[in-house]
Amino acid sequence: MTPRESETMSIFSPALAARFDALVEKYPVKRSALIPMMLYAQDEIGYLSDAVIAEIADRLGLTELDVRNVASYYSMLRFKPAGRFNIQVCTNISCMLRGAYDLFDRFQEELGVGHKGITPDGVFSLEEVECIGACCWAPAIQVNYDFHDELAADSVPGILQQYRERAAANGGR
Amino acid sequence: MADVTFTVDGKKLTAPAGTLLIEACRKAGIEIPAFCYYPGLSLQAACRMCVVRQEKVPKLQTACTTTVAEGQVFVTESPEIAQARKATLQLLLGNHPLDCPVCDAGGECELQDMTFKYGAGESLYAEAKQHRDEQQWSPAVFFDRPRCILCYRCVRMCGEGMDVWALGVQNRGVSSVIAPNGEDHLDCEECGMCIDVCPVGALTSGSYRYKTRPWEMNHVSTICTHCGDGCKVTLGVRQSHEGTDLVRGDNRDKSGINGDFLCAKGRFGFDFVNSEERLARPLVRNASGRLEPTTWENALRVAAAKLKEVRDSRGGDSIAVLGSNRTTNEENYLLQKLARTVLRTNNIDHVRTADYATFARSLAGQEHKAASLRDAGNAPAILLVGGNPTEEHPLLAWQLRSNVRLNKARLYVVNHRTIKLERQAKAVQGVPPNGYRDLTALLDRNEGDLAKAVMAEESLLLIFGQEYRGEQMEALVSWGLKRGNVRFAYLGDHSNSRGAADMGVLPDLLPGYVSVNAPGAFAEEYAGMPAAPGKTAPEFLEMAQSGQLGALVVVGENPAQRLGWAPDALRKTFLVVQDLFLTETALQADVVFPAASLYEKTGTITNTFGDVQLAKKAADRPGVRPDFEILVRLADAMGADVKALVPFGKRGMRADFGQSRGAQSGEADRHAVWLASHGLEPKLSPFDPLAVLDEIERLVPAYKLDRLNLFAGNDVPTEPAFVPVSALTQPRADLVNPAHDGLFTSGTLGRYSAYLREIEEHQAHQLAETAAD
Amino acid sequence: MPRLVSHPDEVKIVTRRFGQGAANIEKYLELGGYEAAKKCLTQGPDWIINEMKASNLRGRGGAGFPTGLKWSFVPKQSAKPKYVLVNGDESEPGTCKDHLIFLHDPHAVIEGTIIAGLAIGAKMGFIYLRGEYRYLLEIMEKAVADAYSKGFLGKGIFGSDTEFEVVTQTGAGAYEVGEESALMESLEGKRGVPRIKPPFPAVVGLYGGPTVINNAETIATVPHVIAMGGAAYAAVGSERNGGTRLFGLSGHVERPGVYELPMGYNLKKMIYEVGGGVRGGRKLKAVVPGGSSTPVLLPEEIENLGMDFDQVGKAGSMLGSGGVVVIDDQTCIVEFALRTISFYQHESCGWCIPCREGTDWLKKSLTRFHAGFGEAKDIDNIRYLAENMMGRTFCPLGDAAAMPTLGFVKKFRKEFEDHLNGKPCPFAKHVELAVV
Ligand SMILES: Cc1cc2nc3c(=O)[nH]c(=O)nc-3n(C[C@H](O)[C@H](O)[C@H](O)COP(=O)(O)O)c2cc1C
Ligand code: SF4
Ligand code: SF4
Ligand code: SF4
Ligand code: SF4
Ligand code: FES
Ligand code: FES
Repeated sequence: MTPRESETMSIFSPALAARFDALVEKYPVKRSALIPMMLYAQDEIGYLSDAVIAEIADRLGLTELDVRNVASYYSMLRFKPAGRFNIQVCTNISCMLRGAYDLFDRFQEELGVGHKGITPDGVFSLEEVECIGACCWAPAIQVNYDFHDELAADSVPGILQQYRERAAANGGR
Repeated sequence: MADVTFTVDGKKLTAPAGTLLIEACRKAGIEIPAFCYYPGLSLQAACRMCVVRQEKVPKLQTACTTTVAEGQVFVTESPEIAQARKATLQLLLGNHPLDCPVCDAGGECELQDMTFKYGAGESLYAEAKQHRDEQQWSPAVFFDRPRCILCYRCVRMCGEGMDVWALGVQNRGVSSVIAPNGEDHLDCEECGMCIDVCPVGALTSGSYRYKTRPWEMNHVSTICTHCGDGCKVTLGVRQSHEGTDLVRGDNRDKSGINGDFLCAKGRFGFDFVNSEERLARPLVRNASGRLEPTTWENALRVAAAKLKEVRDSRGGDSIAVLGSNRTTNEENYLLQKLARTVLRTNNIDHVRTADYATFARSLAGQEHKAASLRDAGNAPAILLVGGNPTEEHPLLAWQLRSNVRLNKARLYVVNHRTIKLERQAKAVQGVPPNGYRDLTALLDRNEGDLAKAVMAEESLLLIFGQEYRGEQMEALVSWGLKRGNVRFAYLGDHSNSRGAADMGVLPDLLPGYVSVNAPGAFAEEYAGMPAAPGKTAPEFLEMAQSGQLGALVVVGENPAQRLGWAPDALRKTFLVVQDLFLTETALQADVVFPAASLYEKTGTITNTFGDVQLAKKAADRPGVRPDFEILVRLADAMGADVKALVPFGKRGMRADFGQSRGAQSGEADRHAVWLASHGLEPKLSPFDPLAVLDEIERLVPAYKLDRLNLFAGNDVPTEPAFVPVSALTQPRADLVNPAHDGLFTSGTLGRYSAYLREIEEHQAHQLAETAAD
Repeated sequence: MPRLVSHPDEVKIVTRRFGQGAANIEKYLELGGYEAAKKCLTQGPDWIINEMKASNLRGRGGAGFPTGLKWSFVPKQSAKPKYVLVNGDESEPGTCKDHLIFLHDPHAVIEGTIIAGLAIGAKMGFIYLRGEYRYLLEIMEKAVADAYSKGFLGKGIFGSDTEFEVVTQTGAGAYEVGEESALMESLEGKRGVPRIKPPFPAVVGLYGGPTVINNAETIATVPHVIAMGGAAYAAVGSERNGGTRLFGLSGHVERPGVYELPMGYNLKKMIYEVGGGVRGGRKLKAVVPGGSSTPVLLPEEIENLGMDFDQVGKAGSMLGSGGVVVIDDQTCIVEFALRTISFYQHESCGWCIPCREGTDWLKKSLTRFHAGFGEAKDIDNIRYLAENMMGRTFCPLGDAAAMPTLGFVKKFRKEFEDHLNGKPCPFAKHVELAVV
């Protein structure tokens, strides 16, 4: 494996590239940085594109196959773009008992998409997920990394509105 | 480790402490079912088939990860265990296509065998099975996902075994799937090892799949005809209207020097045998100058008459003979004997892929210094100088990798290029392309990590490549001999180039590297042999160009290609060619004899390490004859005394060695083992090469072979120490012309393997894709 | 922001600093933070381990292994570096206690990690949070940075010549990575597939070095054990079950939340008094006592049940992660069983056959069953499948999937039978046809 040619070759922003440089130094073994790197890369690029996988493999001295083997194991990592705000509705037991399916149905209705669907404007995607560690404040969801808890079906329009405004403030998308 | 005693199913067993229970049991004849366990690969404990009950342990234990200790008590079969295994099988079969009768692995499937044993045939589930289309990953490898039981053998074999790491596991849970490195295709060495270890029909080979059923084939284990390592390969042979078809090459019989291993050439590159382009009838150039099919009688008559005429009118000196790197020892021996005693010429040579003569000369008188290929698999320290085993000696590379991985052997690599085996090396020393001669000095000076480590080793296996020839090699070997506790091996291309040199297919050296100038016993044996050394291969061309070469006999070689001889160079020479194909050289010939390939005849061959093995006739091809037989018939047609040439019928019984029989020589071989063990080898036919093996053994001291072992299918070493030191002349190192065949090439022969060509194209396509990225 | 709750029966030890801004290092120090670590630095490893043993603190990750004993297994001498690994993967449905610890008391986790490091002679600790806890990772990262700048972490901690580094990171969505050996694999940048044991992590763990792995709550408890003294901590709990535990009450209770109660606290009381009873005054149908993998208990089984590892074990279930899920009488048990098994099917790492295939067939069968297409033999088939997974898998996830399933089928067989022949379920929340 040849050393990386130069930072200017990176597909990541200079800040993220610098963060990666630091990350690989943190661990006794470089490869340990793989999972955090994939998450941060996904946060920036939106998903693990072929280019992302190639660069991460290169940075860690791994094969692309190896990176894919690991990436495909973890359910938060994706190989296709999601909406800008990915709504993850927990329907696991504690949430289910407190109305998670109604909540999920309401999201489907409001957004017009189902599980793993993306709204045509690309602003939202919807996902039914497993327990997110907010069981005592059920039902709970995450929008990207933000938690919203103790929800009811009626909370849905308000939440969507909040993110729509954020999307609008950021230039329409 | 110290031995411990433990109890399995009421029997007391003993094994070194720490042995895996599954292995200890296997050795004692107690078979424990296993899907994920595979000897020599890392442990998985994934399939849960090997569960056993251990006394005082609450849960069932996996025999593949349990190590034995003093006093343990195990039960390996009980209703509880049978139920556990049955349930596991039921789970697997829930989604497994139950179409064994049409599955490619039917009859050779471990899942099928287990289901039979534990009776999990009935399905518990109402849900439909998921169907997925089969995928072709490469010319060699097909993947049928629903059949995969996720034992991970393929992944480990490719990674740990081959060091290719082209297969992985993706997704998780029930979506887990074996994935190739190119997402939908494989970019790899195409060795087929993954297919070989797959316990079910999930991985199948492009060359064999759906051609036949295992029980419709006969399985003959013989020796691969490609590189100089000499793997044992099992050929699957089916009767066909044409005689026989070779349908499969694999490694069922893991008893060879190659153990588990076969490379793409050994496994898939046998198909040249079935090529449409195989010659099936002799050809003779007619009055209008065109090659025309004819009868054997006629072709032999034409060739013999002309050779005789040239010999008698212009002298044996005006005839030359070019031998082969792939024909058997017996054939090579016979060829040079025929040249020297019938054609009366020492103008005999072959395209030398390595300087074996110097190797022999360097080790003359030094007993137990030559290494066998087996040593590469268990020597504690190996110094590999030059060469590129991964490409050119795949089995050697496998042995070295396995030795490093399993025995913690220390590998030291000295090379002028970056070679893949550096990944297994403990230390690496780069040298300039012409810098090999300085290596011994560097070692002596203890300069650098490699030198220090190598000099600190107690013993050393020194393997060197074709970079070493002549004086340079002698210097290296004498350095090793001085250092002490060093064994040597020398790398050359093609399956029997070592044998060609050992058998004296050389102008100045007789069998066993005895000098023509001091022929010793050969003076009497080879009545009529010329006294002076003959001309070398390049000199044949000069002779031809100046009109001095009256006739040339070429056996299994293609100088027009290999040595770049111009097409019309041999216009004035009477050219006889024995070959499988109408090669560039054969196209120029006056007489062409269709020859049998190594897979269609019996005889011994010697790998580059000097290990002799028996190649057994696996197939029959209508119209072709072994080179041995062609030579005998040619001599006969020339009026030579065949009995002087081949010592047959001297103390024989009633049979030959299967050579003149049908393809399925398995029976004859068992017969031969018995005969050999009673000192009663049958040599009643002049076409029986084993008659010549007697003579080789008698006249070539290095070939004192353990026959019983040889006939039982094992590799037996030669001892180059028995080369007569005094008789040696200075070998011509300048004539060495390595072939450098890689993983998918094999000289002219390789070009006729449709399979190897397809793999090469696939490979080139991969490269182009990567370049375009 | 997760709501904090409170009840008079609580004994606030681990939650002592919750809601007081202790994520700020100054506040943490003001509340007595890092004193325990300093004390340990002077007392030395043997003393620490003895205190831990005396505390009867048992692992809060689920298995309840005595923490002091675990630490004592780490060899004193080791050629390879030793490590502390804090398991904050918290993914067992019904469990959200570590969430609150990271949020309200991140320094307690760091301090506990340092103490564990001092006890076993490690120079490096890792705090691994589940991937969904990004905002908590940011809180932890800030806390770690502050600890570094105070000199509590790094080359010479607290002015001593002892070195201790802490690295924090998250996973990326995988329950199985909570299993200790899979966790090490994940931290090494690999698929979360467990390792063969033995060797156990205490001998061969992270990067091949001896490693102590503890749940985040266990680790956050450590400074308090040191501060109170092991014996005093032990006295708070029940026999062989020292101290308190963060119980997560969820599901059909009036006042769900995370409550810190002494080990051995009565489960019925926990539901009816601490949690305010079943929501809407309904009747209790069943309780899952320790996270989704623990077999369900019937109302009559919880009458006198003290919530500690031994008592719940005796009752045929497990204390697990302390996530108490309350189920009322208008809940479909088949649906609950299906949702539970769906989770394990989704989270099975796929390594071994019984779990990979078993969870999938259970999910398929229950999906069909729940949709009203069950056949009588399915009930026994489900049971047969689960029984044949038990004890046969490579890691405990297979058991975690099989155990609750067996519980549901055995204890609610009648309800399963009522689903046969296409009878609609009066309680079903969500019916989906079998999708293949
Ligand atoms: C499938 C599975 C998932 C687990 N998940 C977690 C988890 O999320 N958090 C945790 O602390 N322990 C979890 N454990 C338990 C760990 O393997 C380990 O026992 C624990 O972290 C040890 O810490 P403790 O002794 O402090 O409990 C899990 C175990 C299994 C088998
Ligand atoms: S053919 Fe050989 S190199 Fe290719 S994937 Fe299979 S084992 Fe690996
Ligand atoms: S393809 Fe064959 S060898 Fe590979 S995991 Fe599947 S069953 Fe095993
Ligand atoms: S080409 Fe060489 S390595 Fe490959 S199978 Fe034949 S003898 Fe073995
Ligand atoms: S039981 Fe087996 S398949 Fe399931 S999570 Fe554990 S190792 Fe993976
Ligand atoms: S069950 Fe929904 S957050 Fe745990
Ligand atoms: S052979 Fe032991 S688990 Fe597969």
